[in-house]
Amino acid sequence: MELNGAQILVKALEEQGVDTIFGYPGGAVLEIFDALRESSIRQILVRHEQGGAHAASGYARALGKVGVCVATSGPGATNLVTGIATAYMDSVPLVFITGQVAKAMVGTDAFQEVDITGITSPITKNNYLVQNVQDLPKIIAEAFYIAKSGRPGPVLIDIPRDVSMAKCQYNPYRNVDIRSYKPTLKGHPTMIKKAVKILGEASSPVICIGGGVINSGCSAEVQEVVELTGAKVVSTLMGLGAYPGNSQTFQGMLGTYGNKAANLAVQSCDCFLALGMRFDDRVVGNPEKFAPEAQIIHIDIDPAEIGKNIPVDVPIVGDLKNVLQDIIKLLKKDHKVRKTINFPNRNIQINEGLNAPWVLRNLQRVAPSNTIVTTDVGQHQMWTAQHYIFNQPRTFISSGGLGTMGYGIPAALGAQLAMPESTVVAITGDGSFQMGMPELGTIAELELPIKIVIFNNNTLGMVRQLQHYYCGQRYSFVDFKKTLDFMMLAKAYGAEGLRIEKEADVTDVFKETFANRKFTIVECPINSRDLVNPIVLAGNGLEEMV
Amino acid sequence: MKHTLAVLVENHPGVLSRVSGLFSRRGYNISSLVVSETEDSSVSRMTIVVDGDEKIIEQVTKQLNKLIDVIKVSDVTHDETVDRQLLLVKVNADNSAKGEIAQLMDIFRARIIDIGKKSLIVEATGSEEKIDAIIKSLQPFGILEIVKTGTISMVRGAK
Repeated sequence: MELNGAQILVKALEEQGVDTIFGYPGGAVLEIFDALRESSIRQILVRHEQGGAHAASGYARALGKVGVCVATSGPGATNLVTGIATAYMDSVPLVFITGQVAKAMVGTDAFQEVDITGITSPITKNNYLVQNVQDLPKIIAEAFYIAKSGRPGPVLIDIPRDVSMAKCQYNPYRNVDIRSYKPTLKGHPTMIKKAVKILGEASSPVICIGGGVINSGCSAEVQEVVELTGAKVVSTLMGLGAYPGNSQTFQGMLGTYGNKAANLAVQSCDCFLALGMRFDDRVVGNPEKFAPEAQIIHIDIDPAEIGKNIPVDVPIVGDLKNVLQDIIKLLKKDHKVRKTINFPNRNIQINEGLNAPWVLRNLQRVAPSNTIVTTDVGQHQMWTAQHYIFNQPRTFISSGGLGTMGYGIPAALGAQLAMPESTVVAITGDGSFQMGMPELGTIAELELPIKIVIFNNNTLGMVRQLQHYYCGQRYSFVDFKKTLDFMMLAKAYGAEGLRIEKEADVTDVFKETFANRKFTIVECPINSRDLVNPIVLAGNGLEEMV
Repeated sequence: MKHTLAVLVENHPGVLSRVSGLFSRRGYNISSLVVSETEDSSVSRMTIVVDGDEKIIEQVTKQLNKLIDVIKVSDVTHDETVDRQLLLVKVNADNSAKGEIAQLMDIFRARIIDIGKKSLIVEATGSEEKIDAIIKSLQPFGILEIVKTGTISMVRGAK
């Protein structure tokens, strides 16, 4: 049967097991949305393409599946860009479909024409401008394969309108084989032996988990290595949840805003085993001073990350799950005595009152155990990473690498659609909230019981904090001079609005929040002078926290 | 130090811009880049000369390998290779100089391929050093115009 390009696209998406797409219509994708009418794929009409991209990301990260977002040409496509870059930095498997002006118009500066493959080439794993309707099945199959295999990432497919309209026979394309793309999955045996030897001899090993542990789905293997080596565990922002945060061996997040116990463990360890992480500058502090005593073993599926920021002693390229299974086999053979290490108390002193750390701990106490937390970017994000305890992979969803404000609310939308049974909480600040606000409309329309917790300090707190440390406390461009009435706003969207006025309200407000099964916006005022601490200032080693 | 990379890529539109974009956005320095189709029409070969230390070259290689359209990257800097550039140069030449230039070019096995009233065009192939030497030897006559390719390299066959 002959189908048009748009119908072929929809068939191919179904073939890939896509059950939900996020999208925003427009002139160049008319045929695509027309074809979607006859599909069983759930279609979520977002309020802004950037929100669609972030929602697809939240969906993908909560579920471990490829997320899909469709937008029109020109501004539709450029509105995706921040979402694509966010996904690229955090290795999220997404496929973006954009409409393009007809092939004959490409290059003429036609209405709503933009070179989106050119624009997104540095922030996608790969992208395609479809020239021929016959190529569509192959391109779509390749795009999904590339997005989810190896180090996951976003892939964009730009479809000119005449390709969507052109007809041809649909032949499903199933056996993807790209000669130039063969991710390395098995670790090199010699390197694995070397790593096992170092791990076996180490007296104070530290294992650092990154987002790769979640992507590879190897939390169980990590736990086994921890038991066999007696290592302490630290996590990057992206790794939170991949190892139980309530475990005694877990020292918390490391880095600029890391927990003191985690940073001290890293600086004094004699072996640093890095799993699926990339030694980001917010993780290592001053690279010259990072883990000075340690032999560093780095396992990652992306060879380009190994040795990029920090020289390593043992590089291992491969899928973490495979490599850790090999390591476990050898560790069991060679090294039978489990070491015992005295763990320092990692309790962080916090003061009772309306401050984010204390409120977050109370939120955690009341929240159901299946809660997924998304965050925006800023102080609230670091406070959440420090004080909220994540015990399961895929329960903490936050923009790590790019640090995209406006991520949390749409990501919560995607996560809630992916996990309808879970409670989804978006933790945000009054600044970030206003960047992610368009999707309140989508959440309200779909009647999703998402909980948004706004820490309101009437200022852009993280920038204010940077100005506190680096600009001699001269504050510029950070204070909002008029307070937004978040409760009125909640009402406008038909959401429950709850405001924490005083310390004594906290538990009751959160209890009500989780009991009502409704879209709820909670506002919690905090002091604009509160700082995230301890902090490692620029140029310092991780042990030099202030 | 200059490194020569032989890069096999899919012969698609847009691949060159992906490769050159990678160099510019990561701050790597291209000395020269030559691209052409190979014996297999679905594959193009780029010869890229990059300036950088071992660490930079390692990153360049790894980042190039990450591009889906890149099939293979080989650093041939330390291999036995044949390296060639092609030079066309237009030189000032009145009648008295023409003979002198012809003799000079013989030494380099370069050829005169066009003669004008007051100028001539020399064509030469050779290593970067040889091409530089030819240009230098022609400078006293007055060079009007130069065009040359980047280096192309091929690893020598087993002896």
